[in-house]
Amino acid sequence: MFKPLALVAAVLTAFSLNAFAKTDLTVYTALEAEQLKSYKKAFEQANPDIEIKWVRDSTGIITAKLLAEKDRPQADAVWGLAASSLAILDQQGMLDNYAPKDLDKIGKNYRDPANPPAWVGMDVWAATICFNTVEAEKQGLTKPVSWQDLTKPEYKGKIVMPNPASSGTGFLDVSAWLQTYGEKQGWQYMDDLHQNIGQYVHSGSKPCKLAASGEFPIGISFEYPAVQLKRQGAPLDIILPKEGLGWDIEATAVMKGTAHADAAKKLADFSASPAAMELYKDNFAVLAQPGIAKPQTELPADYEQRLIKNDFAWASKNRDSILVEWRKRYDGKSEKVAGQ
Amino acid sequence: MAAVMSLPATRQVSRAEWGDRIFVVGGKWLWLSLLSVAVLLPLLAIFWRGFSNEAGQGGGLVAARELLTSANFHWLLGNSLKVSLSVAAIVVPLAYLFAYALQRTLIPGKAIWRGLSLLPLMAPSMLPGIALVYLFGNQGLLRGLIAENIYGFWGIVLGEVIYTFPHALMILLSALSLADARLFDAASSMGASPARAFRSITWPATRQAVFAAFCLVFTLTITDFGVPVVVGGDYQVLALEAYKAVVGQQQFGRGALIGMVLLLPALFSFAVDAWLRRRHGDAMSGRAQVFRPAPSRLRDGCYLVIVLLICALLLLVFGMAVYSSLVKFWPYNLSLSLAHYQFEDTAGGGWLAYRNSLTMALCTAVIGSVLIFTGAYLMEKTKGQKHLNLALRMLSFVPMAVPGLVLGLGYVFFFNLNGNPLHVFYGTMTLLVVCTIAHYLTTAQMTATTALRQLDAEFEAAALSLKAPLYRHYLKVTVPICLPALLDIVRYLFVSAMTTVSAAIFLYSPDTILAAVAVLNMDDAGNVGGAAAMSTLILFTSASVSLLLAWASRGALRRSQAWRQSAPGQ
Repeated sequence: MFKPLALVAAVLTAFSLNAFAKTDLTVYTALEAEQLKSYKKAFEQANPDIEIKWVRDSTGIITAKLLAEKDRPQADAVWGLAASSLAILDQQGMLDNYAPKDLDKIGKNYRDPANPPAWVGMDVWAATICFNTVEAEKQGLTKPVSWQDLTKPEYKGKIVMPNPASSGTGFLDVSAWLQTYGEKQGWQYMDDLHQNIGQYVHSGSKPCKLAASGEFPIGISFEYPAVQLKRQGAPLDIILPKEGLGWDIEATAVMKGTAHADAAKKLADFSASPAAMELYKDNFAVLAQPGIAKPQTELPADYEQRLIKNDFAWASKNRDSILVEWRKRYDGKSEKVAGQ
Repeated sequence: MAAVMSLPATRQVSRAEWGDRIFVVGGKWLWLSLLSVAVLLPLLAIFWRGFSNEAGQGGGLVAARELLTSANFHWLLGNSLKVSLSVAAIVVPLAYLFAYALQRTLIPGKAIWRGLSLLPLMAPSMLPGIALVYLFGNQGLLRGLIAENIYGFWGIVLGEVIYTFPHALMILLSALSLADARLFDAASSMGASPARAFRSITWPATRQAVFAAFCLVFTLTITDFGVPVVVGGDYQVLALEAYKAVVGQQQFGRGALIGMVLLLPALFSFAVDAWLRRRHGDAMSGRAQVFRPAPSRLRDGCYLVIVLLICALLLLVFGMAVYSSLVKFWPYNLSLSLAHYQFEDTAGGGWLAYRNSLTMALCTAVIGSVLIFTGAYLMEKTKGQKHLNLALRMLSFVPMAVPGLVLGLGYVFFFNLNGNPLHVFYGTMTLLVVCTIAHYLTTAQMTATTALRQLDAEFEAAALSLKAPLYRHYLKVTVPICLPALLDIVRYLFVSAMTTVSAAIFLYSPDTILAAVAVLNMDDAGNVGGAAAMSTLILFTSASVSLLLAWASRGALRRSQAWRQSAPGQ
């Protein structure tokens, strides 16, 4: 008697599974590619009716893409983009303010102050110098301990840093130098640093990868690739310059006008949940929910205290003019500046 | 044959004739509309976009003036010109010597040298750049041989030399294949030295091809960003700037303006080349005798050394790329592993990109060769619709003068136009296939036309008098006879589609990412080993398919082409 019923039920379930096709959620991100797989898997396990379609590129490029698509948005949500970039999208009215379920657990410095917030933080990433010890010995380089050290003549042509126009890490460096040294001295510092730069590159992790392979002994990068590469056995010293570290928040937001608002909000819920923090904690030492992070052995215990006081409102308001000035000074004009 | 389309109106029109009419007239109109959508309208969109001054896009007349007068633009333009002229000045003489060795001397192993020289066609342009980093970068294998590191002017020049070499070689090979033995006999019987014979016979007959090769290399170099993005360092060029403006800053207007600037050298050289060709006329008369070089130890020895050196350099570069893709952690752990082939865990699209590339290359090769060959047949073998034929011929020559970068930008602008119903294709595989076919149309069509012109028009006349429908004649007679040329087109389209980035970089979506684009993305993210691995995969795929098709073509030749052995004029 029960068997046929069970069969009917099974057939019906099968049909209904087919009938309710998964929602495709287009998610823009600047997360490191290695992180995407586990984040996607965890989210889809918690939300089996949704499938993430990633669009990944460096911070500057994802930001430019989102801005360019303002009138015809392609993204449903953003998971893992610099808060300074999301603040710009918010100013353009492109984000849907939404309070995820676990908002009360998020530290107040790590979310948009508006209520409900336009973006909610995930974790913090900060500037790091990757220093190749094998090459340093070979080339007789002393180990730098501060940002100022990097302008010493001995490092001429030995340093790689990310281009702030395309890389979020590059931008947080520039923004931090301008905030800690003041505008005039900040640009002066970058002029001096420019003399030692071997290359400006596209992404924030590439300088550390180049340092790890000794292609250039010093890379201005961030802590995630530094820790990962060191764990893989690269001969790297992770240097946290004593003046303090520039940093930014990786954050999540829902795009205004998306056709998949419900799914996008589920993503925002997940991104702020303790389950997600468990994922982030493998990769980052400072998380948006206090009390979950575990210290990373490659980083000092007082890591969080080394972050500078960062004025995000200032950074996003001036992002455009900073980038214009930076491009004018250093992008594609290396010969002229060097000749001055 | 002329009668096919000018049937007297009073006569009863049979079903077969209606079928032909649909085949011929319908086919031509269809081809015309396809070419318009795939070539003409995207190009017009570039001009429209470049001169429209939408806010934040960097386009419009004011922006154009600003761009053209800015110091940064002059710097970029100067760099681009310097690089392109240097590359052309290096590649063309080398390719000429190489082609001369293959066509006019008796060196051994010609098939091998010819095969090796085609290697750069089988991989994306980033591969030579990646190999150069492993050879001459700061941690390069041969770093000690050079004073400065490879990043910059010389890196770009070397990379482009390798990338453009086979392109120049193919033009010069075909130019040097035509030689009338009677002229050389006459020269030597009049006591002219070989040098004199070269000056007065060979050089005049090939200088137009030298010019064409120079222009092609120049255009390829000035529009390529694959090499500069990998080994350019801070030495920037215009093509890279256009790529960064569109992909990096989404400034489409600025990208369009630079695209137009990059279109100029291509258009100019195309016009001069066409003008020279008309003045030059046909060099070979029907009574020419095939030139067979006389044995000469000294000459063959010298040329063999040159050929060996060039092939050794190519093998070094490509071998290095393959080797570096297998090394675990360059340069500190040189043990071999397949770790870089674990594409799923790295940025760039993973195995999906490779599968997409295979699909794209297969579709491009199959659909493209059917369309292009049929289009060429209709143009060559039917005489009605003169104006239509002329329009088709002109349109199918346009892609030759349009760099992939510019064509790709045109597609972005045209298919994103507000209200364009074709927008649904944006980001799809269909559009990538259409764009790739359009990009490589001209060369494929020229191969088809050459093969078709070897067939006598009497075939069509015979078909007509037998009242056989033309389309059946086309399928049963023309296609089998031209099978080798058709397979050649298939191979050319497949390999080009596997390796192209210039247009595709603007058109892919996350679902349709391609292997060559993945190479670029991985290199950008600092994953050079992964980029080398994906390039190697593309290289082996292209090379295997080429060898397979060459083998199939030889089989087809042997079975269905026996008539060629005895055919006159072969």
